[in-house]
Amino acid sequence: MNLRNPLATARGLGSAKSGTGHWWAQRVSALALIPLSLWFAVSVLRLVRADYLVIIVWLHAPTTAVLLSLFLAVLLYHAYLGVQVVVEDYVHTEWRKIATLLLIKFACILLAAAGVFTVLRIAFGA
Amino acid sequence: MAADNRPLSPHMGIYRWQITMTMSILHRATGIALAVGSLALVYWLVALGMGPDAYADAQWLFGTWFGQFLLWGWTFSLSYHLCNGIRHLAWDAGWGFEIKTAYITGYTVWVVASLLTAAVLWVAYGMGGAA
Repeated sequence: MNLRNPLATARGLGSAKSGTGHWWAQRVSALALIPLSLWFAVSVLRLVRADYLVIIVWLHAPTTAVLLSLFLAVLLYHAYLGVQVVVEDYVHTEWRKIATLLLIKFACILLAAAGVFTVLRIAFGA
Repeated sequence: MAADNRPLSPHMGIYRWQITMTMSILHRATGIALAVGSLALVYWLVALGMGPDAYADAQWLFGTWFGQFLLWGWTFSLSYHLCNGIRHLAWDAGWGFEIKTAYITGYTVWVVASLLTAAVLWVAYGMGGAA
């Protein structure tokens, strides 16, 4: 006997009310981060002993600006999705959980905005 | 609540230690470490954007023993989270659930993550003085 409303079955959102959305977004961002983080690690290693101007020249390259902006955005999105699950697992008081999640969400968006803005400002020649 | 005498599900202390459980919690721990590391990454970029003086301060900060310690930690965290993350994606695709395979991929993650960490530190320090 199935007591579920047929509409609920059709929507497929389950008891968490968000379906597989979070799970899928975490996987897609993880997949994107494989090449992006490898690119970033290799780039930074090549700049280990570079001085300020060499790094600025590196940031002026269109490839750097595009990939670094994407890296920052996807990294902070993936970081939020991951930390969100940890908070949901361990913070059980509803208002504390919501407050913590909002704080972390705002922090991630602020970091992404500051990072991408800086990259673009340097790339466009400030 | 009158539910105090209900049976509880087994807690961690019940189980025999297995490397897979350490790897699981370490995936989460390195993920949190990397999320915190994004602060350092954005600070580094903002310092670059503010000019040579601010960047020199950042260089000094990352060059202290504590800064170097954090950078090693983030190097290992990224290596481990990347390798074990690929292992997780394979599981998500339905591959590697057999106990033997899970152990083989688990040990492989340790070896590859250690090699990646060593390679990064070798390039960072091995071809000249400290950064």
